[in-house]
Amino acid sequence: MIVEILPLALLGGVLGLDVVSFPQAMISRPLAAATITGAFMGEPLSGLLVGAALELIALETLPFGASRYPEWGSAAVVGGALFASHPAHPAGSMTLAVLCALATAWIGGWTMVKLRQQNARWAGARRSAIDAGARGSVIGLQLLGLTADLLRGALLTGIVLAVTRPFVDAALARWSVDAQLERAIVVAVAASVMAGAAWKIFHATSGARWFFLGGLGIGLGILVLR
Amino acid sequence: MTMTKPNEAAGAIVPARTLPLGTRVAIFFRLLAIQGSWNYEILLGNGIGFCVEPALRQLPGGVHTPGFKKALARESQYFNAHPYFASLAVGALARAELDQEPGERIERFRTALCGPLGSVGDRLVWAGWLPLCSLLALAAFGLGAGPAVVLALFLVTYNIGHFALRIWGLNTGWSHGLKVASALGNPVLRRGPQQIARLAALAAGVALPLALSRVIGPGRSLIGGVLLAVVLGEMLIVKLSGRIEGWRLALVVLAIFVLYSVARSSVIR
Repeated sequence: MIVEILPLALLGGVLGLDVVSFPQAMISRPLAAATITGAFMGEPLSGLLVGAALELIALETLPFGASRYPEWGSAAVVGGALFASHPAHPAGSMTLAVLCALATAWIGGWTMVKLRQQNARWAGARRSAIDAGARGSVIGLQLLGLTADLLRGALLTGIVLAVTRPFVDAALARWSVDAQLERAIVVAVAASVMAGAAWKIFHATSGARWFFLGGLGIGLGILVLR
Repeated sequence: MTMTKPNEAAGAIVPARTLPLGTRVAIFFRLLAIQGSWNYEILLGNGIGFCVEPALRQLPGGVHTPGFKKALARESQYFNAHPYFASLAVGALARAELDQEPGERIERFRTALCGPLGSVGDRLVWAGWLPLCSLLALAAFGLGAGPAVVLALFLVTYNIGHFALRIWGLNTGWSHGLKVASALGNPVLRRGPQQIARLAALAAGVALPLALSRVIGPGRSLIGGVLLAVVLGEMLIVKLSGRIEGWRLALVVLAIFVLYSVARSSVIR
């Protein structure tokens, strides 16, 4: 089990690091992170499917300044790994993967706050050296924060995967709702969050609602014509 | 590349000092880690010092002089900005320090720069460019694109904007120095957020039904019901806005759904 989880934990560390610390290239967004995780496990399409569902939800939580937000990098690795580990996609697998990813994102957001508090303590301990312009202290503090964030993401991913895998297997064995209905419920929940987020982001922009309705018409038109 | 410095007295542009390519590259890579020690006390402060440090090595006498230490200490104090737009501050501060502007003037400049660099970046990147790129990729996913295409579309499109912004910020900050505030009047920064928001709204409309349909999979008999549920769910989330975030509500709803499905199987048995 450790051999299986360790590479995924490291991936969670790297993608968790991208959320804030380095390089913020958005490889930590669920659409990218879950797809990368799926590809890592030989199931890129599974990763993409669960990543798309998570991305709809993640559109609500953009990383504004000092606000507290969910940590999607490690969370998407958890969601992608859980869904890709059941390549036949049995009924319940998407709901459970998304649920575990959301719970991880929540815990991950809390761990980021704790890390930021710890960074402040480390900065405080080096305050006099930094105020004296000690080059080693400035660079050292930065490297310490980066390393701690990498470890935070890796530990979070590893622990959550170790805990949730048996839970997911047990829940799948007792799942009773039809697979297509299950997916429809997950995607309806995710898309509701996305639509709410779109309203919050764009409602203040003049004309944006007409662009949205126009786009909706195009999307529905393509769907009907297919 | 030789940078220029606006000459206030004559109104002319005169050649200024050159930032060596190696230093410029070092600053750029450090900019990618500018939030590495982000904390609630000095926010980006230490990150600014970390990024400016390669430029400060160009000060007369190098790293062991009082001038270097004073400058590094000054640059490592409290600072707040959008992480991508911080490159503008880093370039300008590096220029000011190497021009050996008075310390008090640099400190006042740092303080004045915090607010604008935060708000412009939030509107342009977090509320504009990121959702637009994400929604374009979701639309491509809904149209049937494979993992490699969706991944490449999202990451390449997003990072063209991301890296261009960081490079522009560093170069503009360096070339303008303490006059960098004028660069924030750039039309892209003033009108860009609104145009990007409109495009993102269009992409959101296209992506929504297509992505839903693809995730549900073959046999789209449920799509009408799902769209109705999305409209009702969206209205509920907007109504509850400020009391509970949508993603937390989604977590609760899915947890209840899992409990229901598992408990139901026990009843059936």
